[in-house]
Amino acid sequence: MSTTVESQSHAHGDGHHDHPEYLQHHFDNPAQQESAAKLGMWVFLATEILMFSGLFLAYFIVRSQYPEMVLSAHEQLDWKLGSVNTVVLIFSSLTMALAVRAVQLNNRKQASLMLIITILCACAFMVIKYIEYSSKIEHGLLPGIAYAEHTIVEGTHYAQEGWWGGPQLFFGIYFMMTGLHGLHVVIGIGLLVWLLVKNNRGRFSSEYFTPVENVGLYWHLVDLIWIFLFPLLYLVK
Amino acid sequence: MATTTVEGHGHDDHHDEKSFWTAKRGLWSWLSTVDHKRIGIMYLVGTMAAFGVAGVLAVLFRIELMTPEIDFFVDGALAGTAEGWAAGKELYNKMFTLHGALMVFVFIVPAVPAALGNFFLPLMLGAKDVAFPRLNLASLYIWITGTVILLFAILMGQLDTGWTFYTPYSSSGTGPVILATVGIFVLGFSSILTGVNFVVTVHKMRAPGMTWNRMPLFIWALYATAVIQVLATPVLAITLMLLLVESLFKIGIFNPEYGGDPVLFQHFFWFYSHPAVYIMILPGFGIVSELIAVHSKKHIFGYKAIALSSVSIAIISFLVWGHHMFVSGQSEFASALFSFLTFAVAVPTAIKVFSWVATLYKGSISWNTPMMYGLIFLFTFTIGGLTGVFLGALSVDVHFHDSYFVVAHFHYVMMGGTVIALLGGLHHWWPKMFGRMYNEKAGLVGAFIVFVGFNLTFFSQFMLGSQGMPRRYAEYLPEFQSYHVASSIGSFILAVGLFWTLFYLVHAIFKGKKAGPNPWGGVSLEWATASPPIEHNFHDTPHVDASPYNFPEIDPDMVEGHH
Repeated sequence: MSTTVESQSHAHGDGHHDHPEYLQHHFDNPAQQESAAKLGMWVFLATEILMFSGLFLAYFIVRSQYPEMVLSAHEQLDWKLGSVNTVVLIFSSLTMALAVRAVQLNNRKQASLMLIITILCACAFMVIKYIEYSSKIEHGLLPGIAYAEHTIVEGTHYAQEGWWGGPQLFFGIYFMMTGLHGLHVVIGIGLLVWLLVKNNRGRFSSEYFTPVENVGLYWHLVDLIWIFLFPLLYLVK
Repeated sequence: MATTTVEGHGHDDHHDEKSFWTAKRGLWSWLSTVDHKRIGIMYLVGTMAAFGVAGVLAVLFRIELMTPEIDFFVDGALAGTAEGWAAGKELYNKMFTLHGALMVFVFIVPAVPAALGNFFLPLMLGAKDVAFPRLNLASLYIWITGTVILLFAILMGQLDTGWTFYTPYSSSGTGPVILATVGIFVLGFSSILTGVNFVVTVHKMRAPGMTWNRMPLFIWALYATAVIQVLATPVLAITLMLLLVESLFKIGIFNPEYGGDPVLFQHFFWFYSHPAVYIMILPGFGIVSELIAVHSKKHIFGYKAIALSSVSIAIISFLVWGHHMFVSGQSEFASALFSFLTFAVAVPTAIKVFSWVATLYKGSISWNTPMMYGLIFLFTFTIGGLTGVFLGALSVDVHFHDSYFVVAHFHYVMMGGTVIALLGGLHHWWPKMFGRMYNEKAGLVGAFIVFVGFNLTFFSQFMLGSQGMPRRYAEYLPEFQSYHVASSIGSFILAVGLFWTLFYLVHAIFKGKKAGPNPWGGVSLEWATASPPIEHNFHDTPHVDASPYNFPEIDPDMVEGHH
């Protein structure tokens, strides 16, 4: 690839620019690469926020149109499991921040430990989510036509009593919001494992820790979105 | 522009460095490339293919529209039967949907930023590449995937919702709508990746001395575009996801049958799709700034005003979506507010147009094809822009809504604006991309044919719309026929002009005269490297110390110490 061309041409030079292994060919120096990567992450997080904002808007419209339905439907959610998940995620944000700090201090062992704890927290979150989802599925508390109380016969007019603004709408929003969030947690687990592998190979140091920091930013956003989701969905009263 | 050596070691052996076309060979070197120039070229080929297909479809339904009845689309054996009539109408609906969806999502949104933008943004900034080259390649593959899904959806079944996918029609449908929304969802991600890449590249990859006020205006326009891509496209993604879940589970967000609100879909949709209109036109503005300044050899008039007007259009673009919904039943107060905000867009746009005209004044104008397209743009875009003000006015819009007047308006902006600018940009930068000159006479003839064909096609539609011809109808009252025939003949002329242009541009790649690094006497950085550029763009990191519009021909003072 083109990197080789570049390093050859620099081999002819007097070497006053040292090019560390992690520096990509099109950047002049590590500082430029780091600030570009960080800005890129922030811009990406902005797109994430705007994507979720569409769902939040849909939530508020449903809630303002059918307040009683949302109030009664939310009681089907288990606020205790939701609270445990909130604590788990906030704790994982702490360990993630500590992992970044450990890498910055060249403490590879501690960084690995913190990453492992973060991964375990993320997995715990998904396990609790799984328990919640299975009980919803079991009771038929599902979006739209999957909602158990309404067996849809071919040719039924949906606009009949009970369907408009029924709980199937709340569970539609609930599954979309928590589902999209859960997908982000799963992607986060993948990224954290990738970090752990690279950290164990000694790729990060106090000189170069951009990926750790960027995944950290992503992880905090995933946490932050949950902090908004939890009260909106579980604590309607 | 003065370039000084920053890393002046070991570069003597670079004199015969190969161009990006020949530096590596083989199909795999293209498929796996991270070079922004090659990715730009691949995007160019892809978007032009989409433009060609969607354009041929348009010509086909223009043939159908030459007569008031359905006849061209009816199978000969079924002619005159009710069955043939229904099938012909369905085919017509599918065709205009495919035309619109391809033109908007596959062609015009990525055409300028992802094709010309990818190629020239790093060159004009003096950078080796965009900030995230692999992400750039990923965006190309995501674009291809989305296009394939969308095409498959439309060809497979009855997708006849139009490109806007309005509910409840779209969410009560089945297979093809779901697949098509997935396709557009995927295409949106390609657009977001390009946007993220460009924002970061402009912020972080500028050459030494390239301050914000020394950036070429094409870069300013691409930057404003990228900001909209990043902020608006995710909302489209979530809208399509809601639509998808709505049609799969019937949860009742958009479809009134299940208790949803169809106007809510329109709000969601236009919150993306109105800013998207500026994703389409802003890069065109950027190209025109380059064309007018370079080919009249004059420092652009009102540099800062043009640059900041791009940014202010980007901001206002988020506040005007409701003007698509004046007759949807939204509150009158909201409509009045949206109408007022829509008029506000005219201010920065007019600042640009006046600045371009002022740049021409006393300039040393070359009557070549790029300049000709620049002038055509000023003419057609002004008509498109001003009719936009008509439509932004509440009382007028109630009459013109969903009529051919709207169709003519947005074709004057999208085609008379963006496509004309794109054609000008292609001629302007063809020598840089391919190292060869096109035939200037052929170019001028082509520009003339395109101009005549375009105006005949779409001006007739203004007349049709003002007399009450509704859009998207396969059949019409006989009194509209003369304008429809004129419009169809115009579209044939336009097609001839575009194929002519394609022919001589491709011919130039193989038979054209060698261009040399700077055929137009441009001062921005892309002209400071070889044509076609070498793989790493510049032998040495360029150093910038002046505006990209200080032409030595006009400002004799600038010659001293600069070349």
